[in-house]
Amino acid sequence: MPSDGSAALGKPIAMKAAAGHPPDEQTRDMERQRALARRERFQRALPWLVIVLALLAWEFAVRVFHIAEFILPAPTSIAASMTKWWSPIAVHALQTLETTIIGFAAANVLGLALGALIGSSAMVYGGIYPLLIAFNSIPKVAVVPILVIWFGIGSPPAIITSFLMSFFPITVNVAAGIATVEPELRDVLRALGASRRTIIAKVGLPRSMPFYFASLKIAITSSFLGSILAETVAGQSGIGHLMIVASSRFEVPLVFAGLIVTSAMSVAMYAIAAVVEKRVTGWANRGGAEAGA
Amino acid sequence: MMERPFVEIDRASMRYGGAHGTLALRDLTLAVNKGEFVAVVGPSGCGKSTLMRLVTGLWPVSSGSVIVDGREVDRPLSIAGMAFQNPTLLPWRDILDNVMLPFEVVAPRENRGRVARLENERKCMELLAKVGLGGFERKSPWQLSGGMQQRASLCRALVHEPKLLMLDEPFGALDVFTREDLWQVLQTLWMDRRPTVILVTHDLREAAFLADRVVIMSARPGRVIVERAIDLPRPRTLAMTYSAEFQSIARDLREHIDEARQGGDLAHAI
Repeated sequence: MPSDGSAALGKPIAMKAAAGHPPDEQTRDMERQRALARRERFQRALPWLVIVLALLAWEFAVRVFHIAEFILPAPTSIAASMTKWWSPIAVHALQTLETTIIGFAAANVLGLALGALIGSSAMVYGGIYPLLIAFNSIPKVAVVPILVIWFGIGSPPAIITSFLMSFFPITVNVAAGIATVEPELRDVLRALGASRRTIIAKVGLPRSMPFYFASLKIAITSSFLGSILAETVAGQSGIGHLMIVASSRFEVPLVFAGLIVTSAMSVAMYAIAAVVEKRVTGWANRGGAEAGA
Repeated sequence: MMERPFVEIDRASMRYGGAHGTLALRDLTLAVNKGEFVAVVGPSGCGKSTLMRLVTGLWPVSSGSVIVDGREVDRPLSIAGMAFQNPTLLPWRDILDNVMLPFEVVAPRENRGRVARLENERKCMELLAKVGLGGFERKSPWQLSGGMQQRASLCRALVHEPKLLMLDEPFGALDVFTREDLWQVLQTLWMDRRPTVILVTHDLREAAFLADRVVIMSARPGRVIVERAIDLPRPRTLAMTYSAEFQSIARDLREHIDEARQGGDLAHAI
């Protein structure tokens, strides 16, 4: 312990101003920068490289081992099939996209509402959550025939299946975000006279947004799975229906074309969700990136 | 004292988890005058944080009564500012918007218009400048150090000029130098606005530096065993903490804590 408080404060130690870097150091820094940029470019190109390599290997294997087209068509014959059938593929793909988007939108609305409800009340949580889990573990493929009995063949069963597949992750994640608001923060707001609604609006919902967007990326792919599932079981249109018809005619390249179009749509939707996530909830990721600085 | 105390706690008890749960507080009686700064210290687990929640009405008392500003507390007060060890700033808001939060909650209707917003913003900026956060209004919480976040948290607790300020170990997680800086900041703010303050702390020097009166609680179930007025003149300076008078106050408090802990250890002997 210093005997005199003011002595502890002392004077700032004078530091010599750093002189300009010598030239060789400068060139070394620039080199390093360039190497970093190269590395970044390579990382960005990597997924495309992997895809191209995989396709090449596939084509090569099919040709070398003389695999029959109705077992595994080569990428080139899938591409040929795609160009040949582009118009029906586009029509059915758009149908599937529409079905999925409607089901997915409904899942968002209901998932946010129910998630907020479950997350904000321990009682509702206890009452509904077991039911939700039970419901989520039902194989949806078994539900489709029931939906067909209720709504007939066509897009309603597909929309509902798409909804059912994506609704659960959204609900659970939103609920988790709201339920885990720090107790101290809740106390701060309650001591200001905040109602439960205010706390959810000011803290719960914004806080659950990163959870929500993380779930969207899972939900959108599940949503596609749901529509295609229903289309294959009981559809008159959509990419799932197209694939079933194609495979019953041994048009295997067309089946593969359908698969590729589906995953392309799914990846595109995922990318959109990821971009929106980054814009809306950047605050959730920024901390880690610069906290060390 | 002619005036009625601002906070009156009369034989309050608090038990968690049903009739056979833990008794956190037993027959705690404490009065705090308007504009007084009271520090509550005691061994860990003595129910200091429980006391905070009873006074603000966040939890109901099991028996006894709590009266604040002449009214029985039976639901959360809407006049209190609180700050905790964890700054609990909202990470999606910048510092200014974090400090603006109380206005959005306390009287949302009055604070909705553009004029009101500008006026509130001015108040926030002024307060932030006073605690040394001028120029950081548009920074995100994660861009600030722990001590700076705690300054912002104090601003949030004070900006709506609450009559009652409840601080639960607000400086507990900070290093000594930052902590001592913030003692002075808090003292200045308190002398400016004169809210009634109840500060819960583990740090006896902190209690002696800041408070008009230090209240020592026993081990669980907590009750008040000693109250000691601190008559040092204000504004208190850090240099004063090295004076013989201050040291003797701190030593005195320390002895009482030891007594409280021994009592507790006997009660909870394994």
